[in-house]
Amino acid sequence: MQINNEFKPKIVAFCCNWCSYAGADLAGTNRANYPADVKIIRVPCSCRVNPMFILRAFQRGADGVILCGCHPGDCHYTTGNYYARRRMTMLFSMLSYLGIEKERTRVEWVSAAEGAKFAATMNEFVETITNLGENKRLEDLRCKK
Amino acid sequence: MQEVMVKRASELMKDGTVSRVLGWKNGEFVYDPTPAVFESAEALSAFVYNDFCASNLSKYLIALSKKNGKTLVFLKPCDSYSFNQLLTEHRIDREKIYIIGLECSGKVDEAKLREAGCEGILSVKTEGEDIVVDTLYGEKTLPKADCLGERCITCKSRKVVAFDEMIGENGEVNSECGRFDQVAALEAMTPDERYEFWRGELSRCIRCNACRNICPACSCENCVFDNPKSGISQKAAADTFEENMFHIIRAFHVAGRCTDCGECSRVCPQQIPLHLLNRKFIKDMNECYGEYQAGAEAGSRAPLVNYTLDDCEPSVVYEREASK
Repeated sequence: MQINNEFKPKIVAFCCNWCSYAGADLAGTNRANYPADVKIIRVPCSCRVNPMFILRAFQRGADGVILCGCHPGDCHYTTGNYYARRRMTMLFSMLSYLGIEKERTRVEWVSAAEGAKFAATMNEFVETITNLGENKRLEDLRCKK
Repeated sequence: MQEVMVKRASELMKDGTVSRVLGWKNGEFVYDPTPAVFESAEALSAFVYNDFCASNLSKYLIALSKKNGKTLVFLKPCDSYSFNQLLTEHRIDREKIYIIGLECSGKVDEAKLREAGCEGILSVKTEGEDIVVDTLYGEKTLPKADCLGERCITCKSRKVVAFDEMIGENGEVNSECGRFDQVAALEAMTPDERYEFWRGELSRCIRCNACRNICPACSCENCVFDNPKSGISQKAAADTFEENMFHIIRAFHVAGRCTDCGECSRVCPQQIPLHLLNRKFIKDMNECYGEYQAGAEAGSRAPLVNYTLDDCEPSVVYEREASK
């Protein structure tokens, strides 16, 4: 029997309920293609994402984590994404400081009207992570099957 | 200095201004004085203050300011920043605290004395630029600059920022302290080198939680790491992931509130340079959101609970890397 060794990354995408989740929906209704490796987690606002969520995702086997929110200025709660922006800048900088590949984390602003941008972002992100390979530096061996 | 402090403390205690004194008493060894509360003027006979009294007393004030009556506390410059930060977070009732600020010329690191060959330390005394260490095997004079702890070598400020009265002269902020030099050196490495460096450091962590317990900024009543559901509460890290996660989250939770008092690195039994994580956040926030020193003034708004419309995007991290 042939063994398939092709690497398929696991990508976790945190999408804000008001913009990016709707953007993902639009990508679907427009029949835009993006890989099934992306698992979307809906959050009420991008600032709901605690740095711990991102680390947890890596622990449980994610190879890349992307956070999508409304464009700055368009937050449903007025200011949520401004806080998220600062927090994520600091977290990503720290991850990079610890030597963890900076390409594995990303923030992208996707509005509800940007279905095409959502699909393009995901295609590009999945490609980056596929080229990077498995997440080795933030993996938890106990969570590997 | 100790006599002056005890004299003033007993005066304030006798005239009823304060009902207790927070200071230091001798620990098991002369080089580990421990914080202590003195409830009467007579008890002050056990009060000590010397070059080993490094611990930051401000965190103890959270509990003490809930008691009846005023508490007298002695704060060194770095402790006063922590005090202001706790005031900002409404953890301390300022009305119930009487602060005597202390002039500070740096605290001695006992490990460095050992390196210099001092065994059986009995006492230590500052004399000008030198310190005189009295040991079981005779006296030894060492240049003080060589015996200071890491945080004192790169001392950011000798200015007591919150006090009711001072003992000695109040110092100045030193903006040229070079405390970010080591961080910059790490940033200049390749990611692989940095990863190796941090694996070497963080893999020594025994999760004793000393860094968290000593930290004046880590003052939550319920800590995220004590949550049994977190999977990493009350146990040694079982995996490299947990080591990374504990240290990232610990540093993140104090980001913007850390006054860089250096207590975490001082108490770490494994000598992990935790200040390098805290200083990385401080350096980044200074670069991205403007200079900010937590605790420099009470009531200031930390960068991570604030925003501006034209903040840099998170992708700035990648661009900075690429420009190197």
